[in-house]
Amino acid sequence: MAIVTTPKKACAVNPLKMSQPIGGAFAFMGLRGAMPLLHGSQGCTSFGLTLFVRHFKEAVPLQTTAMSEVATVLGGYDNVEQAILNIYNRAKPEIIGICSTGVTETNGDDVDGYIKLIREQHPQLAKFPLVFVSTPDFKDAFQDGWGKTVACMVEVLVEAPAVGAERDPARVNVLPGCHLTPGDLDELRTILEDFGLKPSFLPDLAGSLDGHIPDEFTPTTIGGIGVDEVAGMGRSSWTIAIGAQMRRAAEAMQAKSGVPFRLFERLCGLIPNDEFIAFLSDISGRPVPAKYRRQRGQLSDAMLDAHFHVGGRKLAIGAEPDLLFDLSSMLHEMGAQVTAAVTTTQSPVLERIGTKEVLIGDLEDLEELARTRNCDLLITHSHGRQAAARLKIPFYRAGFPMFDRIGAGHQLSVGYRGTRDVIFNIANLVIADREENHQPTPDCWRTSRRPLKPGRRSFIDATEGSIA
Amino acid sequence: MSSLSATIQEMFNEPGCAKNANKSDAERKKGCTKQLQPGGAAGGCAFDGAKIALQPFTDVAHLVHGPIACEGNSWDNRGAASSGASIWRTGFTTDMNETDIVFGGEKRLYKAIKEIINKYSPSAIFVYQTCVPAMIGDDINAVCKAASQKLGKPVIPVNSPGFVGPKNLGNKLAGEALLEHVIGTQEPDYTTPYDINLIGEYNLSGELWQVKPLLDELGIRILSCISGDGKYREVASSHRARAAMMVCSKAMINVARKMEERYGIPFFEGSFYGIQDSSDSLRQIARLLVERGAPSELIERTEAVIAREEARAWAAIERYKPRFAGKRALLITGGVKSWSVVAALQEAGLELVGTSIKKSTKQDKERIKELMGQDAHMIEDMTPREIYKMLKDAKADIMLSGGKSQFVALKAAMPWLDINQERCHAYMGYVGMVKLVEEIDKALFNPMWEQLRRPVPWEEVAKNRQTKGMAQMDTQAAEVAADPETTRRAKKVCFCKEVDLGTIEDAIRSHGLTSVEAVRQHTNAFGGCCKRRIEDILATMPVSSPPAMLQAAE
Repeated sequence: MAIVTTPKKACAVNPLKMSQPIGGAFAFMGLRGAMPLLHGSQGCTSFGLTLFVRHFKEAVPLQTTAMSEVATVLGGYDNVEQAILNIYNRAKPEIIGICSTGVTETNGDDVDGYIKLIREQHPQLAKFPLVFVSTPDFKDAFQDGWGKTVACMVEVLVEAPAVGAERDPARVNVLPGCHLTPGDLDELRTILEDFGLKPSFLPDLAGSLDGHIPDEFTPTTIGGIGVDEVAGMGRSSWTIAIGAQMRRAAEAMQAKSGVPFRLFERLCGLIPNDEFIAFLSDISGRPVPAKYRRQRGQLSDAMLDAHFHVGGRKLAIGAEPDLLFDLSSMLHEMGAQVTAAVTTTQSPVLERIGTKEVLIGDLEDLEELARTRNCDLLITHSHGRQAAARLKIPFYRAGFPMFDRIGAGHQLSVGYRGTRDVIFNIANLVIADREENHQPTPDCWRTSRRPLKPGRRSFIDATEGSIA
Repeated sequence: MSSLSATIQEMFNEPGCAKNANKSDAERKKGCTKQLQPGGAAGGCAFDGAKIALQPFTDVAHLVHGPIACEGNSWDNRGAASSGASIWRTGFTTDMNETDIVFGGEKRLYKAIKEIINKYSPSAIFVYQTCVPAMIGDDINAVCKAASQKLGKPVIPVNSPGFVGPKNLGNKLAGEALLEHVIGTQEPDYTTPYDINLIGEYNLSGELWQVKPLLDELGIRILSCISGDGKYREVASSHRARAAMMVCSKAMINVARKMEERYGIPFFEGSFYGIQDSSDSLRQIARLLVERGAPSELIERTEAVIAREEARAWAAIERYKPRFAGKRALLITGGVKSWSVVAALQEAGLELVGTSIKKSTKQDKERIKELMGQDAHMIEDMTPREIYKMLKDAKADIMLSGGKSQFVALKAAMPWLDINQERCHAYMGYVGMVKLVEEIDKALFNPMWEQLRRPVPWEEVAKNRQTKGMAQMDTQAAEVAADPETTRRAKKVCFCKEVDLGTIEDAIRSHGLTSVEAVRQHTNAFGGCCKRRIEDILATMPVSSPPAMLQAAE
């Protein structure tokens, strides 16, 4: 059981957190033909855009209402109206998703009201899908923006099925958290289809940001789930939500369409995947395909091979709550000690993390804890690279953004196979670090400066750090 | 101290800007930048611009006063390089929360400044204003002044909230902050007749160090670089320089002009992109220094270095000429680079099919015409869709641009090279231009392109198989349609002896057969592997007594 604390300092140093609106915009990127729109000054969009482009190495659609100082004083109706019309006419999107920012929330712009007015003023937009989410910068974090936005999409876009309408027993909704990569979604799709299930992912980043090459140039998203498919999600037989951040969306789905849901807080690790596969077998009424027996065996074997290297490691990890919970639990179950844990925002899973204390803080806190507590493995997003260099400990990149390595969109962590890969990668980092930095020397175990008399060497006082 | 809006208006009146000089009073009042279009804009904000301009000062802590978005989404994202201090790469922000918005963020800001000084002791702190605290009225000038006095370190307010305008305006507001609070506040340890300032050079990918050895060789000292690999003390004492070069054309023109006005430091606008430009810039530096009292032999030494470097660079580029013959390049960038790179590319044998002039001045356009001829294809504003089409139709062999249009080229399976600030290679000076040509060569002749442009072979195979299969089905269907009974009866039952269904059925019917053994006796069917099939046929045929005539014959 962990205690969740917040530091008292006034200045965040080396932020771990990213803002809510871009988390929301990120969710809209999993819809087909979508144009996410941030209601704020143009920098809000420009920074977010650069971040996504650096992470995915893909063209990313993201627009701005370009609020000026004057517009901020007068209210943003004109800007929202113009932005929607411009995007509608030029980019010809299938949906526009709008997220507010710090400026327009401080201002108190009533965007829901604006949208109503805009629909009245412009009959061509009367039925056009527009989803608005309130995501002030000065509250919550990236993950919350994603969760709220998916919940909003469900509320606005999913149609309530007619009374007595037949449900498709094979159709399953999947609501993935923002910590899953396009590669993870593809893996989940394969697993579900192997059980004869027909999954609909909301949002489906695997369709838009998996790096495929489209035939035509489009200014909007190049794939993802279509608005029509989202509308039909109410006729599914089950909803699978992944990560505690998706509870809100899953509940919204149930409330709107009566589709029952099962929340999987984690999908990295042996036991969570056992539960997941058992659940799929149960709802599909099919036996588990032989493929997954083999994959489970391979994961078990990976755990056997890796526990020598991972066991006992003192882990410093900084990530958003769901990713933190997922990865740290898996490594905890592999015998690692979660020695320093830092996250960005509140979540019910935090107190169940296998450590004494979880700090809602920044990378300075994480670096400081890692240094004072002698951690020997650092896990966080790419912004941790400076800390890792100073700490001189192995660094595993996890989460968003990952801008200094390529292939971020295909880093796999779900399923037996994904867990196996994560374990191998982390164990290999530890092995490489030992070979490069911790080779034994004749003086590794010497306890005093003076050479001891032969036959009196002591191993008892060796410090843990020197053995590693 | 003037208000922010007065400062901005003053900048719109900037006399050093050629574009401005040609405007009417009314036009000038409207400002330099086109009104941003909601839903159609893509650039950074004024805060972004200010941070870009100042962050390369390496021993300064850059503190962003605002909610998490402004720093959390953007820190550590630029490739400037430092020769020493690393504090500039640390992200500091007040991360304002809801309570701060309600009660004001000034106290938090003051505490944040104090924390940074206690923990990191930087040479100075630059405090950046953002939209939200500007809206709620946080007075960062007052907080910085108080903090400066109490804590004994320079704390400089940079008043450039995002919503006042675009990136370019932010560059200039950053310059204003330097002019008002930093430049001239300290004295250099010593001065020489060879001291210069570089204004608007950010040392991206360490490219300043491609030029610095030449300046060192000539004995020219960079007293202060604003701001690449810069130090607070250097910029604070930069008013003692003898001459200045304004590198990134318009970004900080206000700094160069006002330093000339206040401290009598003459400046010229130059570039180290391209061979000719590098030489021109070195000449100009030498000329200005000599005019200000440096010994005139500097000019001869400079000419000698230029001659040596040019010869070396042209020789290195020479060998690419045959390889580049007939290759066409499309240049999408802004300002100086729209022409400064052109000369080197042309010298290397590349044909320029177009260059963008979106951010170029009138002079820039003149230079382009000089280099590329009157009918130069100048692209005012090309949409990504048009660029994509141009590349897809193979009207160019390579595109050189900034990171934003990268994927337009790559997704069209076209070579592309980054020549803007996010790039990872340095292209300045003589060595830089050779490097650029090398990189173009690598990109153009990568064997990957051919593989990517090949049609997918299995799509063809699959298509062929499909057509073949469909043709077969068609013929079968045609036969069945012609005489279904014939086709049905022609189906083989016994494959060993090639006995068809019709023969067996006839035998059964005419002899009233009931067992496989009997069928075997009457036909050629072997009854081995086809035993099952014959049994099935027997089961489906009505048991009829054989015609009397045959019975009699037996």
